[in-house]
Amino acid sequence: MMARRILLILILLWLPGIVQAALEIRVTQGVEGATPVAVVPFAWSGEAKPPQDLAAIVAADLGRSGRFAPVAREDLPARPHALDQVEMERWRGGVSDYLVVGRLDRLEDGRFRVRFQLIDAVSGREMEGYRLTVPVERLRRAAHRISDIVYERLTGERGAFDTRVAYVRVIRDGEDTRYALQVADADGHNPRTVFRSRRPILSPSWAPDGQRLAYVSFENRRSEVYIQDLSSGERTLLASYAGINGAPAWSPDGQRLALTLSREGDPDIHVYDLRDGSLRRVTRDRAIDTEPQWMPDGRSLVFTSDRAGQPQLYRVDLRGGRPQRLSFQGRYNGDAAVAPDGDRIAMVHGEDGGFRIALLDLRGGSLRPLTDGPMDESPSFAPNGSMLIYATAQDGRGVLAAVSADGRVHQRLVVQEGEVREPAWSPFLD
Amino acid sequence: MPVSNTGPTAFKILISFLLATTLAACATVDRSPGEGGDRTPADGSGGGAGDARGAGDAGVEVRGLGDGEGIALDPLEDPDSPLSQRVIHFGFDEASVPAQYLGLIAAHGDYLARNPEQTVRLEGHTDERGTREYNLALGERRARAVQRMLELQGASADQIQVVSYGEEMPVDPASNEAAWKQNRRVEIVYEGDQG
Repeated sequence: MMARRILLILILLWLPGIVQAALEIRVTQGVEGATPVAVVPFAWSGEAKPPQDLAAIVAADLGRSGRFAPVAREDLPARPHALDQVEMERWRGGVSDYLVVGRLDRLEDGRFRVRFQLIDAVSGREMEGYRLTVPVERLRRAAHRISDIVYERLTGERGAFDTRVAYVRVIRDGEDTRYALQVADADGHNPRTVFRSRRPILSPSWAPDGQRLAYVSFENRRSEVYIQDLSSGERTLLASYAGINGAPAWSPDGQRLALTLSREGDPDIHVYDLRDGSLRRVTRDRAIDTEPQWMPDGRSLVFTSDRAGQPQLYRVDLRGGRPQRLSFQGRYNGDAAVAPDGDRIAMVHGEDGGFRIALLDLRGGSLRPLTDGPMDESPSFAPNGSMLIYATAQDGRGVLAAVSADGRVHQRLVVQEGEVREPAWSPFLD
Repeated sequence: MPVSNTGPTAFKILISFLLATTLAACATVDRSPGEGGDRTPADGSGGGAGDARGAGDAGVEVRGLGDGEGIALDPLEDPDSPLSQRVIHFGFDEASVPAQYLGLIAAHGDYLARNPEQTVRLEGHTDERGTREYNLALGERRARAVQRMLELQGASADQIQVVSYGEEMPVDPASNEAAWKQNRRVEIVYEGDQG
């Protein structure tokens, strides 16, 4: 079959306002047979322009998933704003089987009310209908919530548009290198710096409540692990032992953090309990043990170890027992990301001198490369497991990219200046 | 693995050390406030031995400990001394010290053993290949390999601080073999040095 890989190169983003975003997202490879959806511009009762073009945000979200093909505005046969305005015969038979319509109003108290409906044009019936009231700064999030509702209704899978991504931005200016830990919306908008340093930052990890980040900072010329509350900005130094303090990973219940510490001499996996401050050593091996990640049930950890000579993935039960090796194919497997369902593990897979993101199926044992390399690293799952974000290099510059868990949809996230790396997709935010 | 063929080097270090210490001792002079200006101790005696720090109002206290920077006779500053070489390079994904660096490390270990006040930081680095946290661990493994050799040479554990930067601070940020070779390294940083 020709062109299973269609290069869409949807440069969605020559709209003003979006150009100012720190991260520009391009769908570089989409799926043939994506479902058409008509997202009609929302009615606006106010004067001048609406503060946000909600329909454009929804259409961009759905298009980015690779599973939907939003109908271009000039191809819309009509612009209804509610079910009772939809003349079904104008939509049936080609344009789109699904319509998203809605309206935006400013309320007396200054907030905004968003109403929208998802309509099945074939049956002429409403599939979903909601009303949201939000302050102006939350209008983009309201649009992402609409995308989530539409996506879930049409795919059966929870949407992850109303989420965030944390990443490290690096700007080199001659001899001067600056690092910033940033948090942006999952579509790259609204980037905010939460921590800035002249020394490296790495390994951000989200707390399951989406309110805190743990990360490694070299601000004191050595690796240390900090926790930062995102709304207050309050920082707590969690680990500053002799040797390495690295690879923080928050437990699914939010009560513990897995860490790599080398205070006993060699890097080993430890678990820090946030409730009582106790620290427990989980692995004891003279090899390198690092990059712990929690299985979704919180009972075991997946980690990287070179105890067999080369880095490979292992799993250790927190109740005890010997770690079991998980990865067998390839010379180098590390930096695991566990899918939310716990059945799949993404990793950095090194072979033939290159590093790609590969997905290990724990049930069948098969390992499948998702990306082409040669410098791909730091995979992180969307909370619904549909996509992975990772770091890669483009023209010698660090950029972020995303790939669907089936390997069919590819995106690039490009910044205007500097490099980005170490992405971490947030949990669901509500 | 300790190295035995450091005889001439060790001897040279010893001479330098004794000379520096002797001159430093001579140069420790107390002067009362307001008396004279800053006289450089051991002036004209062939290099000066000491870090002359004018203390202004409280007069001048000249300290020459013979252990640090700015002394012409300090082997640390002697470009002909192996001590002036402070970077050890490694093979890909390797943490064993290549044989060509054994003499260099022995000289540093020897120097530290003779200068127990002196401390060093061993900074371990890797190239960009492989994952960042694994490389943090690999950088530490390299620095610890150097640490063990310094200790075998007589340096004490509390003179040595080990830190790993993994792949985060490359000498050359390019993505090619030449850059990677430069970046896989342990840097010996003496306390008081920039770094």
